[in-house]
Amino acid sequence: MSTAAGVRETSPSEARVGRLVSISRFTRTLQRPEFGALMGAVAVFLIFTFLDATPNHLWLTQIGLASWTQQAAFFGIMSVPVGLLMIGGEFDLSTGIMTGVTAIVMALLIGKLHWNAWAAIGGTLLFATVVGLVNGVAVVKTKLPSFIVTLATYFVLRGASIGFVLHVNQGSTNVVLIGGNYPGLASAKQVFGSTFAQSSSLPGGYQTAVLWFIGVTVLCTWILTRTTFGNWIFASGGDPVAARNVGVPVNRTKILLFLGTSWAGALVGIISLTQASSAVSEQGAGYEFYYIIAAVVGGCLLAGGYGSAVGPALGACIIGMAFEGVIYANLDSSWDFTFLGIVLFIAVVVNRVFYRRALKARR
Amino acid sequence: MVQRAALVETRNVSKHFGGVDALQDVTLAVFPGEVTCVLGDNGAGKSTLIKILSGVFPPDSGELVIGGAPVHFANPRVARSYGIATVFQDLATVPLMSLWRNFFLGNEPTKGRGPFQRMDTRRAKQVMRDEMAKMGIEVRDSDQVVGTLSGGERQAVAIARAVYFGAKVLILDEPTSALGVRQSGIVLKYILQARELGRGVILITHNPHHAYPVGDRFVLLQRGRLLGSYRKEETTVEHLTEMMAGGAELKELSHELEALKDIPAMAAAARELAAEAPEGT
Ligand SMILES: Nc1ncnc2c1ncn2[C@@H]1O[C@H](COP(=O)(O)OP(=O)(O)OP(=O)(O)O)[C@@H](O)[C@H]1O
Ligand SMILES: [Mg+2]
Repeated sequence: MSTAAGVRETSPSEARVGRLVSISRFTRTLQRPEFGALMGAVAVFLIFTFLDATPNHLWLTQIGLASWTQQAAFFGIMSVPVGLLMIGGEFDLSTGIMTGVTAIVMALLIGKLHWNAWAAIGGTLLFATVVGLVNGVAVVKTKLPSFIVTLATYFVLRGASIGFVLHVNQGSTNVVLIGGNYPGLASAKQVFGSTFAQSSSLPGGYQTAVLWFIGVTVLCTWILTRTTFGNWIFASGGDPVAARNVGVPVNRTKILLFLGTSWAGALVGIISLTQASSAVSEQGAGYEFYYIIAAVVGGCLLAGGYGSAVGPALGACIIGMAFEGVIYANLDSSWDFTFLGIVLFIAVVVNRVFYRRALKARR
Repeated sequence: MVQRAALVETRNVSKHFGGVDALQDVTLAVFPGEVTCVLGDNGAGKSTLIKILSGVFPPDSGELVIGGAPVHFANPRVARSYGIATVFQDLATVPLMSLWRNFFLGNEPTKGRGPFQRMDTRRAKQVMRDEMAKMGIEVRDSDQVVGTLSGGERQAVAIARAVYFGAKVLILDEPTSALGVRQSGIVLKYILQARELGRGVILITHNPHHAYPVGDRFVLLQRGRLLGSYRKEETTVEHLTEMMAGGAELKELSHELEALKDIPAMAAAARELAAEAPEGT
């Protein structure tokens, strides 16, 4: 691709110094960070179309679509903000446990303190705000790698989700909201943990979570590509020193990104609690890696400074399809992890190629 | 000559990094319509001085004064809001970001209100193209990432950006180091233009030959200390060179190299040094 040049130097008539070639729309598309993930998603979809072992080829029906989009939504609501954080140059390993801990917080507020469900949602978001602030401020103040700082948060939260819950929940790690009268819970379920578009061919409908997933992706795309804050995200991850020198509030940007992953965790927690009406200790632990995989598969650079919001969303779709696809294909799902490992490795290699291409020197 | 009010001043500023006195008691004033050249060897504290002036970090002691009153630059955006813009030695561009995003980084133009406030992308691209065209570089693709530009083009982006934002004071740290003859010429023309417009310019360089033709006053730094400050009529290129390198030291170095004259490259270097060293030392 020798056509990466878009700048030429105008020179007084006699000698044209620079190059005149501009990039075609097609080449530009190929160079987008999420292009690899789009190809990957199409490939995985086609693979399971062929492997589909269900009697009526359900994979290609709305039933198949509803099942993998539900999975994708749970990964995607997280992987998109995780992708933004990664573009901003940081990691958050407390994301997985946060999806569970927030569900427990909400369940306890409703079940033990008898809060209205909507007030409990407010309380849960407040809790997430505190965790996000702690992560963000600790990272920018200590200047330690966010990997380490958020790993500590992860362990603290995981431990508390067992110890604290056992303490207040009569020795059980399972907080259940069934059989009682819980004001507001029904309407909260409508908004977060319900289904839509039921039809004769799809009696169960699609999960409301899918709409939240789409909403989060659209919102994050808007933030990243259209707003000033999006510009700051790219700069904070791309070159924090340069960014600071021209006046980008790098620390504030990073703290806000940690708040973003924390709030997304709360959103998943709220959705899962309203869906299941119960929450259990350690729920969600370990999922942080899926989110990171989805973001990397989606073309976000591990080193920061490059990526998109659509990419991690596509990455989440790939993981969602893989998890559901093995069931449709009647494969042994114990190989899930192996599959993910291979996908991650391929994605990182592909990423490097794209990164190099994006930075290809033209001289 | 009537003494005009300074646009910005440093008063006895000092800055230490660990045990290094990067800057010691430096007092400097930038006047409208004047080019102040800051000269000094590597590590003399030139970049440290301009980083204080552009709000990258505050001085350890001493103060910044604008319009007679002390100011505190909490960050570079505050400095920019006072109309002080800087071309940093390391350019401060982000390689993986596009031309227009880099140009407006930290100062993005917006449109719309409240939650719908967004970057005015179209205007940003247009302004960037126009400003780059003034630098003699025609931009074909505003979305090209800066990392794919040549060093000189990247420097041109940083300069065009500073010229655009430096309404009062324009600071250039070694601005021509990677530029071709034509672009260097354009930068010098810019400096003179800014002076005509009544802006204050700080030009940082190692090279008195570059500084002398455009400068109005010359400030010499050595190991963080102010070595001297001269108006143009009080000094010459030879004098500045001598002050900077210490003419005697230069002569000595040329003798040392002379002793190695069996090696052709050394002999050439010695001849060059001898030519650089001012007469009569
Ligand atoms: N961030 C920093 N941390 C530690 N030491 C620093 C830092 N910045 C500058 N210094 C030290 O301060 C001194 C002055 O550095 P400065 O960059 O101001 O020099 P300079 O005059 O710009 O040199 P050059 O001509 O090479 O650009 C040097 O000894 C340098 O090592
Ligand atoms: Mg310097």
